[in-house]
Amino acid sequence: MMNLTLRIWRQKDSNSKGRMVDYKVTDISEHMSFLEMMDVLNEQLVNSGEEPVAFDHDCREGICGMCSLYINGEAHGPDRAITTCQLHMRSFKDGDTITIEPWRATAFPVIKDLIVDRMALERIQHAGGFISVNTSGNTQDANSLPISKINADEAMDAAACIGCGACVATCKNASAMLFVGAKVSQYALLPQGQVEAKERVLNMVAQMDKEGFGNCTNTGACEVECPKGISLENIARMNREYLKASILSK
Amino acid sequence: MSKSGILKSTIARKVAMALSAFFLMVFLLQHLIINSTSMVSADTFNDISHFMGTNFLIQYILQPVLLFGVVFHFIMGFVLELKNRKSRSVKYAKNNGAANSSWMSRNMILTGVVILAFLGLHFYDFWIPELITKFGQGNWSGVVEGHEGLRYFGELQHKFVDPVRVGIYCLSFILLSLHLLHGFSSAFQSVGANNKYTRGLKNFGIAYAVLVPLGFVVIALFHHFNHC
Repeated sequence: MMNLTLRIWRQKDSNSKGRMVDYKVTDISEHMSFLEMMDVLNEQLVNSGEEPVAFDHDCREGICGMCSLYINGEAHGPDRAITTCQLHMRSFKDGDTITIEPWRATAFPVIKDLIVDRMALERIQHAGGFISVNTSGNTQDANSLPISKINADEAMDAAACIGCGACVATCKNASAMLFVGAKVSQYALLPQGQVEAKERVLNMVAQMDKEGFGNCTNTGACEVECPKGISLENIARMNREYLKASILSK
Repeated sequence: MSKSGILKSTIARKVAMALSAFFLMVFLLQHLIINSTSMVSADTFNDISHFMGTNFLIQYILQPVLLFGVVFHFIMGFVLELKNRKSRSVKYAKNNGAANSSWMSRNMILTGVVILAFLGLHFYDFWIPELITKFGQGNWSGVVEGHEGLRYFGELQHKFVDPVRVGIYCLSFILLSLHLLHGFSSAFQSVGANNKYTRGLKNFGIAYAVLVPLGFVVIALFHHFNHC
């Protein structure tokens, strides 16, 4: 069992000024998940008549991309290739002080406490992260199109992005290039994505810039912290797609 | 998308930054090769320097292009840095950048500013006197009073007498090495080159980033100790 000090960002709403507040939690099992530990804290706060700490979570299986949290200076905490909900308390020691902050980016304004508005990523998706298909009954079976194994695998790897925003949170420039690179790549590698390829990359990059994300300086931090292991190759592919589209577009 | 939209885009700016970096890296290599001859033969160094300093193509075409490349690289570096700072208006209370990225990749602006300051000193030492001699005094002969034969080798040696200046040069080249250790491979990633050759390119980049600045350090120390 562990006794911990939690240093947590508290902010009433998007218009209020926030601050770091210290809390003590006791008898925390090392088998608990990090979010279960947060639940224990919130029970404690509710029982003492205080406002519980607001934080995003949903599936708690590392799939939905809802959980976030910047823990001890790292997106999703100290472990690799996991989301915050998959982080366990065995990664910490008795007596530790754990600093917990929301994702920090101008494009991700804080809504309350540890919850940020990540709709900027959705708007980038809406700008071109799709294929237009007539679904009126004559849709071609996707498996009837020949696709090389390498391309299919790489497209699948890119599609593994859950849009959690850890890449933005960890990048020193708050750049969303890994997210956009993955979304562009998953279609650029498949025949279904070719028809709208030029418009897709131009529109998604334009929307990314409009949202106020920073420039990629290729530090590679996003790849290291990504819970789904999205590779930097996707950013390079997006850069190629963008250059090609810029030169060839009418 | 309009053309101005493309020029303002994150990716286009990064590509422009990378292209100017490629150009500057090629220039740096040729600069090292020419300077290296000063350790072997004063006459050879004088002859090459005189050719470079008086050739029409180099003086009136390549030199302005080089100057544009340098200025562009620095201005774009500051423009990108400014946008990056705006992109995170509230900083983290605790941030462990070392956990996922190299010091060099996180401090390109710092090493860049040191290199910029060094370039100021370098221009003051060599480029401005060169302009005064050629364009101010109209002396394109390469011969000045107090120097036997062509002046270039003597001017080079004279600059490296002062140990403080040699120290500043050496420190600046260490910072240049750190800048290149990230910048070389980063430039290739920016233009979209990330494939089966990436590992080889990274290794070549490390060799370039270490050996080229080291070469300049050796030249500075060689002339300092040979002159004393």
